[in-house]
Amino acid sequence: MRQFWPQGALVRKPSIGAILLALIPFTAICFSVSLWDRIDPMIFGLPFNFFWLIAWLLLTPLCMWGAYRLEAARASDPHRDSGGTP
Amino acid sequence: MNSGVVALAFISIIVSAGSFVGFYAGSHRKMDLEQWIVGDRGFGMLFVWLLTAGEVYTTFSFLGASGWAYSRGGPVLYILAYQPLTNVVAFFILPQVWEVGRKYRLQTQADFFHVRYDNKYLAAFVALVGVMFIIPYLQLQLTGLGIIVEVASYGAIHRAPAMVISCIIVAAFVLTSGIRGVAWVSVLKDLLLLFSAVFVGVAVPYIYFGGIGPMFKLLVRSNPAHLVMPGATTNLGHSWYVSTVLLVSLGFFMWPQFFGASFSAKSSDTLRRNAVVMPFYSITMPLMFFVGLAATLILPGLPNGDLSMLAMVRKTFPAWFLGLIGGAGALTAMVPAGFMILTAATLFAKNICRPILWPGMTDQHVAKLAKTTVLVITVTALCSAIYSSTTLVSLLLVGNGGVGQFLPGVVLGLYSKRVTMLGVFAGVVTGVFIFVALMLTNHDPVMGLNAGFIALCCNFTIVAAVSLLTPAERSGFEKIAA
Repeated sequence: MRQFWPQGALVRKPSIGAILLALIPFTAICFSVSLWDRIDPMIFGLPFNFFWLIAWLLLTPLCMWGAYRLEAARASDPHRDSGGTP
Repeated sequence: MNSGVVALAFISIIVSAGSFVGFYAGSHRKMDLEQWIVGDRGFGMLFVWLLTAGEVYTTFSFLGASGWAYSRGGPVLYILAYQPLTNVVAFFILPQVWEVGRKYRLQTQADFFHVRYDNKYLAAFVALVGVMFIIPYLQLQLTGLGIIVEVASYGAIHRAPAMVISCIIVAAFVLTSGIRGVAWVSVLKDLLLLFSAVFVGVAVPYIYFGGIGPMFKLLVRSNPAHLVMPGATTNLGHSWYVSTVLLVSLGFFMWPQFFGASFSAKSSDTLRRNAVVMPFYSITMPLMFFVGLAATLILPGLPNGDLSMLAMVRKTFPAWFLGLIGGAGALTAMVPAGFMILTAATLFAKNICRPILWPGMTDQHVAKLAKTTVLVITVTALCSAIYSSTTLVSLLLVGNGGVGQFLPGVVLGLYSKRVTMLGVFAGVVTGVFIFVALMLTNHDPVMGLNAGFIALCCNFTIVAAVSLLTPAERSGFEKIAA
């Protein structure tokens, strides 16, 4: 198991990369609603809005897996630890 | 044999199996408070998954999702949006909460506030608001359970006795097994529910329309406006969607029971990996929408949309299958209900009674009081479920708007050095007050936006303003460590 926080350090801020990756599903699912909330084109027999959100159930874990890898890489590199407290 | 009896037999078998699992889970363990409420912080990915995914498969998803698809149409898509996004948010909050939780032996959400801001009144207020909003959510589960059992048994058992019996079972397994009981019953419930959701969601469109594609073709021809927002409503348009999805996905893990579930994990990495894969679990949700949409064509004019799923099953499948769905549905209500009762009781005993009323209480006293409170809360929710009725989704949205107000205190508590106790206190009081005021005056949505979202924005503003006006303080998390 990976150790995300060195002993004694308080919680560390997530990396910019992880936050950017997390903003992708937020943009695609939430903010862009007026772009995809329509029936045409129908894909796999589904209205476009249904298809779009179902697709993002599969794509969101992909983005977050990227964020996970970024955070894990940071955690295994002690020099980039920003916590610094004892 | 008459169909009511067959269905009832299936319901009883499933509920008994669930209760057995629930009792057995904790029967061979010593139940101190730590074991009871956080499972000795030893849960691996599967249990954490089941506890936090509990919400994906509650009576709300069972009845509410198909109900909204039936009676409102397009706006139901918000469910498909908040579920993955909730886990995106969880990725950045829960592992960190777990870290401080382990370090300072936190057991409840209010403990977090108590230690971080070093103020027992703030903690008690947070606990009180949490309990206040858990009760309608609990009521939602019980109402759902009553509906499911009544319809699934062909009226052989009315909703009130069904609710009473299941409440007795829930209270009993919560008392004996605590969070372990909740987690183990979830195993059975999720398996049954996955199976029934997939089966019904695929079979219904095939039986009536020859497939999901042909069904949508018909829907598009007959009423295309139903499939996009605002659907059959006038005020649930895109701004409502964005504000609701933001509020629910940001505020979801502020539910005291889900927040507290993170303490039961074995490691922060468990929570992080869990947050990555969890959105896959919502993949059966659209199937519930399909059943509700099919019902708009097959059974138009149902008085209560929440019944559309069960009505379709009853029309389509034999009695034993309805019984199976009924049993699964009953467990679906009982598991989250148990979790909420457990959490609310602990909040009451540990974070309201001990610090404010009887500072001399020992941990044993707290545990004993919490167990008595289990009974009080169960009875309260039971009475409100029997004597009032609202549609399921609206009850859920009420709760989310309330607990969402804890967000600034949690996020800033973790990541900001400048946030102060008074700032958070003022913010959460303002947020809850505005939200309750808007709800009570029937202003939701207000100007096309979710009322809880508006309250949350005011809350954040107040936290920032008051924090900057008050002198900086050291975080309680460091204070104890140093």
